[in-house]
Amino acid sequence: MLYRETGQFKRNYAADQQLFPIFQDKILLGVILTVALAVIPFVINDYWSKAILLPFMVYSFIALGLNILVGYCGQISLGTGGFMAVGAYSSYKLCTAFPEMNLVFVILLSGGCTAAVGVLFGLPSLRIKGFYLAVATLAAQFFLIWMFNKVPWFYNYEMSQITAPPREMFGFLVSGPQASPTAQYLFVLGFLIVFTWIALNLVRGRIGRSWMSIRDMDIAAELLGIKPLKTKLSAFAVSSFYIGIGGALIFHIWLGTVEATEAFDILQSFFVLFAIIIGGLGSVLGAYLGAAFMALMPVGLKVVLVDGAGMAVDTAKHIEIMLVGSLIIFFLIKEPHGLARMWQITKEKLRLWPFPY
Amino acid sequence: MEFLHALLIQPFADMVMEPAFFIETLVKGLMAGVLYSLVALGFVLIFKASGVFNFAQGVMALFAALTLTGLMELLEPSGMPKALIVILAIAATIVVMILLALIIERLVLRPLVNQELIILFMATLGLSYVLEGAGDLLWGSDVKVLDIGLPTDVWDINGVFIEQLDVTAAIAAGSLVAVLAVFFTKTRIGRALRAVADDHQAALSVGISLQQIWVIVWSVAGIVALVAGIMWGSKSGVQFSLSLIALKALPVLILGGFTSIPGAIIGGLIIGVGEKIVEVFWYSVHGGAVENWFAFMLALVFLMFRPQGLFGDKIIERV
Repeated sequence: MLYRETGQFKRNYAADQQLFPIFQDKILLGVILTVALAVIPFVINDYWSKAILLPFMVYSFIALGLNILVGYCGQISLGTGGFMAVGAYSSYKLCTAFPEMNLVFVILLSGGCTAAVGVLFGLPSLRIKGFYLAVATLAAQFFLIWMFNKVPWFYNYEMSQITAPPREMFGFLVSGPQASPTAQYLFVLGFLIVFTWIALNLVRGRIGRSWMSIRDMDIAAELLGIKPLKTKLSAFAVSSFYIGIGGALIFHIWLGTVEATEAFDILQSFFVLFAIIIGGLGSVLGAYLGAAFMALMPVGLKVVLVDGAGMAVDTAKHIEIMLVGSLIIFFLIKEPHGLARMWQITKEKLRLWPFPY
Repeated sequence: MEFLHALLIQPFADMVMEPAFFIETLVKGLMAGVLYSLVALGFVLIFKASGVFNFAQGVMALFAALTLTGLMELLEPSGMPKALIVILAIAATIVVMILLALIIERLVLRPLVNQELIILFMATLGLSYVLEGAGDLLWGSDVKVLDIGLPTDVWDINGVFIEQLDVTAAIAAGSLVAVLAVFFTKTRIGRALRAVADDHQAALSVGISLQQIWVIVWSVAGIVALVAGIMWGSKSGVQFSLSLIALKALPVLILGGFTSIPGAIIGGLIIGVGEKIVEVFWYSVHGGAVENWFAFMLALVFLMFRPQGLFGDKIIERV
């Protein structure tokens, strides 16, 4: 009754091709954006920012990037943590080498650096696929983390822990310990909105369709004239670009200080991979839902189990690990397309509600 | 110039100058390689029989070792002789691993039958988390000492030190491979396993129960995991990092080929020796801790030239 597109005619091509063709979707999007832009900045505090909103947004960003590679192009990667580290460390180097440069450019450039590294480690994907590739990307994970720990140039010959220098945007501090939660939140939100829009358009355009054809059957796609080299490497590049920006945002905004072995270890790679499996492979919305689930579930479990039921912290942690694992299996069995598909089914049902026949 | 010297000349000079040290490093590497091979064996077994790439093999080794130490701690106060405790605990752990195989088959593999292999791979990723959480939840997450009475002395042969534990591991691996080889070629179940590995549907059509075979394979892999867990655990304690070390079995597989048991052993040895020698003799070039990634990089380079591994079946693709 509420969600029905009857009578919403498309009178020209532009209307047919728009991102959100259904009027109700536009309203929903509008409400979400209004809340995100006009309500949250005024009520946000330090706890909400550091424990809930920033992790959620940053991991959405990274999950979006990984979903382009895994979900759209079908190349499994377990090197996410390493690529995040590339983003963080290159932004640190750029930031300290050019103190005058605007933080936005620093972060974009570090995304570019990560894209280059990603292409390099994506080269084996031309010869191998599936879990062979997964193992090959583990090389990226372990090698990059080792490199950032061992080569002093990357942390400016000081301690191997790097600290984000304070930087301003429009006169507001966004990085460093003095930055206000509102400024940080808006800074990340800006990135998130712009790059979600770009991703939405990328995946439905020519390049996104070529990714999907490689994913579905690479040999057939090759016979159709899609170049595997260009397609796979572009997926690696775009994905690493997003992941690198995500890593830079983790470093500059969310954590402030990072240490490569701790902040970007292999568990991060699993974390993001799980987020997109639970959220939905090959769906932009899925990246958001999965990241929200994976970032918020520990917080929720902590509230329920530790604060509520009085359980020991590490017992709760073990239960959380088990729960994540079981959910992965559950989703793969029951709903391989994840939460995003569930949302889609709900929408289908809503169209007919309350008269299903 | 200095760098080139450290990279190209000095390590080889060291090797020639100190042959005893070189041999010791070599032996250490070989023994580490045996341990990698033990984990890799479990992978190969499951991959051969079901085409599933079992990412959880390392965690299974951890889980088995945790269960074993936990059970031994439980039996400790009963006052039985040590040998009896060890045997009882190992038997009980084997039962647990078989039960685990049953549960995995029923809850994970059966519902995912006919799914793409990559989905199954991700399911085993989830499985590894479940096992890790369960192991920690049941037995606690602190580092445990596993002592089942394996020899821990060091032999000194003309200045070359060899740990007896390493030799035990090598013997264990060798006998495991021999037993498995007999099992695969001589027994009824072994032949059924190979049939399933060749062609699921053809095997089904001659009356081989796929579900039964999977339970058997996962049980055998569980027992291999137990052996690996015992060896790793006796060497460096039972702790979470065990499952991460076990990740190194993956490059071993790539080197040896996913379907070859001898490949798993030889791949393990190559990687074990390679990383030890690079770590020790090229230390001044890289500054240590290359063991973390050397195996993966080797595998990565190797994949470029020979994707099927040293002994693997050639990969043929059709549209």
